[in-house]
Amino acid sequence: MSSTAVATSTDVKSSRAQLEKLVRLALDESKTAGATQAEASANLSQGISLTVRLGEVETVEHTRDKGLGVTVYVGRRSGSASTTDFSEQAVRETVLAACTIARFTAEDECAGLADPDRLASQFPDLDLYHAWQPGMDMLIERARAAEAAALSLDKRIGNSEGGSISSHEGIEVYGNSHGFLGRQAGTRHSLSVSVIAQDSSGMQRDYWYSSDRRADRLESPESVGRTAAGRALRRLSARKLGTRQCPVLFEAPVAASLLSHLVSAVRGGSLYRRASFLLDSLGQSVFAPWVRIHEQPYLPGATGSASFDAEGVATKARDLVRDGILQGYVLDSYSGRKLGLPTTGNAGGVHNLTLEANAGNLKDLCRQMGQGLLVTELIGFGINGVTGDYSRGAAGFWVENGEVVYPVEEITIAGNLPDMFRGFVAAGSDVDTRGNLRAGSILIDRMTVAGE
Amino acid sequence: MKDDTTARDRLALARRTLLEPANLGERELEQLFGRLMQGSVDYADLYFQYSRHEAWSLEEGIVKSGSHNIECGVGVRAVAAEKQGLAYSDEIALPALIEATGAARAIARQGGKAKTAAAWRQAETRSLYAPLDPVASLADDAKVRLLERIEREARAADPRVKQVMASLAAVHEQVLVARADGLLAADVRPLVRINVTVIAEANGRRETGTAGGGGRYDYSYFVDARGQARETALGYAREAVRQALVNLEADEAPAGSMTVVLGPGWPGILLHEAIGHGLEGDFNRKGTSAFAGRVGERVAARGVTVVDDGTLNDRRGSLNVDDEGTISQRTVLIEDGVLKGYMQDLMNARLMKVAPTGNGRRESYAHLPMPRMTNTYMLAGSHDPGEIIASVDRGLYAVNFGGGQVDITNGKFVFSASEAYLIENGKITRPVKGATLIGNGPDVLTRVSMIGNDLKLDSGVGTCGKEGQSVPVGVGQPTLRIDGLTVGGTRG
Repeated sequence: MSSTAVATSTDVKSSRAQLEKLVRLALDESKTAGATQAEASANLSQGISLTVRLGEVETVEHTRDKGLGVTVYVGRRSGSASTTDFSEQAVRETVLAACTIARFTAEDECAGLADPDRLASQFPDLDLYHAWQPGMDMLIERARAAEAAALSLDKRIGNSEGGSISSHEGIEVYGNSHGFLGRQAGTRHSLSVSVIAQDSSGMQRDYWYSSDRRADRLESPESVGRTAAGRALRRLSARKLGTRQCPVLFEAPVAASLLSHLVSAVRGGSLYRRASFLLDSLGQSVFAPWVRIHEQPYLPGATGSASFDAEGVATKARDLVRDGILQGYVLDSYSGRKLGLPTTGNAGGVHNLTLEANAGNLKDLCRQMGQGLLVTELIGFGINGVTGDYSRGAAGFWVENGEVVYPVEEITIAGNLPDMFRGFVAAGSDVDTRGNLRAGSILIDRMTVAGE
Repeated sequence: MKDDTTARDRLALARRTLLEPANLGERELEQLFGRLMQGSVDYADLYFQYSRHEAWSLEEGIVKSGSHNIECGVGVRAVAAEKQGLAYSDEIALPALIEATGAARAIARQGGKAKTAAAWRQAETRSLYAPLDPVASLADDAKVRLLERIEREARAADPRVKQVMASLAAVHEQVLVARADGLLAADVRPLVRINVTVIAEANGRRETGTAGGGGRYDYSYFVDARGQARETALGYAREAVRQALVNLEADEAPAGSMTVVLGPGWPGILLHEAIGHGLEGDFNRKGTSAFAGRVGERVAARGVTVVDDGTLNDRRGSLNVDDEGTISQRTVLIEDGVLKGYMQDLMNARLMKVAPTGNGRRESYAHLPMPRMTNTYMLAGSHDPGEIIASVDRGLYAVNFGGGQVDITNGKFVFSASEAYLIENGKITRPVKGATLIGNGPDVLTRVSMIGNDLKLDSGVGTCGKEGQSVPVGVGQPTLRIDGLTVGGTRG
């Protein structure tokens, strides 16, 4: 294998001036074309993803993507367009395409840019960019080491979907006709392994991954591989459960999905459309009284950190839920105007939304549960955002006397999200910090488990 | 229908759009393949793509937003045995292509002599849909009027309708595949779609209903020559309202294993999840599918025949030619209950020493192709649907579904009902809330005890995700009785 350089020698940050120029050009062209307000964002990302399977390189994918998106407002009408072509002519055509659309959309009194006084003016370094130029040989070596650690753990690990490693970096520039121009560059590196355990009971696959903005903070290949193998092995000889009601403990990697259902329900878009199970719940008791859920946009090096949102509004650290009571919604300028509230700086989503722990690790939570279901995998999309009805496929472990007794599969867990939120008994300190939603394992008092 | 004239026209159009602006001719392609086909590289292809996409959406009675996106680029792939390298560029130009070839072939051992290029030839393709540009097929104000008309239809259907959200989307895509073996294939793929979601409210309760459809047409599928909304489009509005109103009356869903009767059409997502993914060639070559090594074995009850068919006219999942230049096909997956074969792309077919089946698909030039479904459905049986319902003492009748998912290794799959009823003593009695159904792919079809005579395909809304890549697909089936499927309700 030759030692080819992985990324092109220039990093994406060197494209900053070019992207700023494009955004300015798009804004100028919008004005010329008759837009009363405009916003534009330009981005560039590049990287590599590589998979080794059974010790051999299987795929190498080099990525390099760019794009320009423009939204224009002609009075209270809006239109959007995007392109991957950065030529001046393409920028002009994109602006015109957006303006054409704005001739046909309806007057909407809430449409428009964020209010100028909400725009970010402080841009602290959030430690989000850590380029890595490891060279192809080192990437292959790490992916191979991670997979090998999994394959060598136990003779029942007989097959693999591979060890994968990736390194990506990106930069985005956002500007609007209020004069705002913000830029953010970031990196993301990850290492994962997916393997298959097999015995007379059949095959079970599981995986593990480590992901961080800094390559030197990734878990070691050996640790990722051994964790993946251990997770696959422990699923062998899974049984079905009889249909019952019992406490359910969501292991940290799947527990964060419960926070995503909260975010969907308190998003401005769901609220003004009255398509949420948490309508008019501001100041109401939505969770068990101990629950605190807060946003941390300025956490150094974290996945969801940002000093401004997708429309340039300054982000703010805040409690979304305190003492179980909903303290605010998740709003952008448009949905805020629809609801008669100020934006919360959440255009594009929340920033490092975190559930504070009130308990120890997963073992402690199993003991606290005593008897019940530990869920380690969820499949399917059975969530009704309007009613809060919840029904998903699950796999995991049956727990008795605080100890795992056997793996279970081909079951569903069901309930209603408002009841589930109020039924939060405990949140573990085993917080999964890989994503933008940060939660430890969550114990819920009672759900319906359907099986045999 | 195979039609060489239109195939030639499509190739000419794709060359004009994708190659000629960059001055790329056969000589330049040969130069690129000369660079790619070195050392241990035994196959390579270039995938040129141009796509134009628009979307319009209505809520609160007005069309608030619209968007227009253009994407263009070329993917360069080099294959050496089981290794694949991909590099791509969103700029179609020779220097960018030369750089990409260098990156793509880095997976292979270097050195040795370049293989000589084969003579160029045009791929055999089908003509299942017209080479339309739906985006340009209707004036923008008429697109807005269509959404407004759909909104009025939904509101007029019932006063309990409180919110209507409707969207209209169209894609015009041109692709050109150039292969190291000299094959040139092109396709021009139109795609349109309407989605309608309504929220109905009564007695403090709110419920949703969703409907939609489309296919490889232009907007004349939804609008007639005088600019009036067709019944196709208005029907989605009424169907969404009907579902929302049914759900307003729904009780808690049952929990546990029971007899389930699935309605015809979209419930065919069962087949897509339970067996479709498990029969994709890549998982079977690697031995990671619960179906691996089971060709020739009984995996379904007698009478069950399932096909994947990319050759249906105008369907959302249909292809004139796949994304690797293989003509689309009708592949029998299960015949009379016996597993017949897998869906293949070029690489997995070669490694498994079988013929490709026209299932090599990729989301875009920036993604590697892999075996994917097209339109997957079960053939009709002999039972009257009414007779199937009447045969059930106690069970669930599920007629509409949201999404589904499968773990292909242990075979467990789910799909979530959005409209369902209890069957009691052979009669449909009352609606119950949506619930997730879970089963085991390799044995669920062995529990099929009755197959209806009412095969129906879905209305054209399916999108399948695999390893981060989305492609449009279709599903279908007749009414089916399955003895023993776990229903994930709350009433134990």
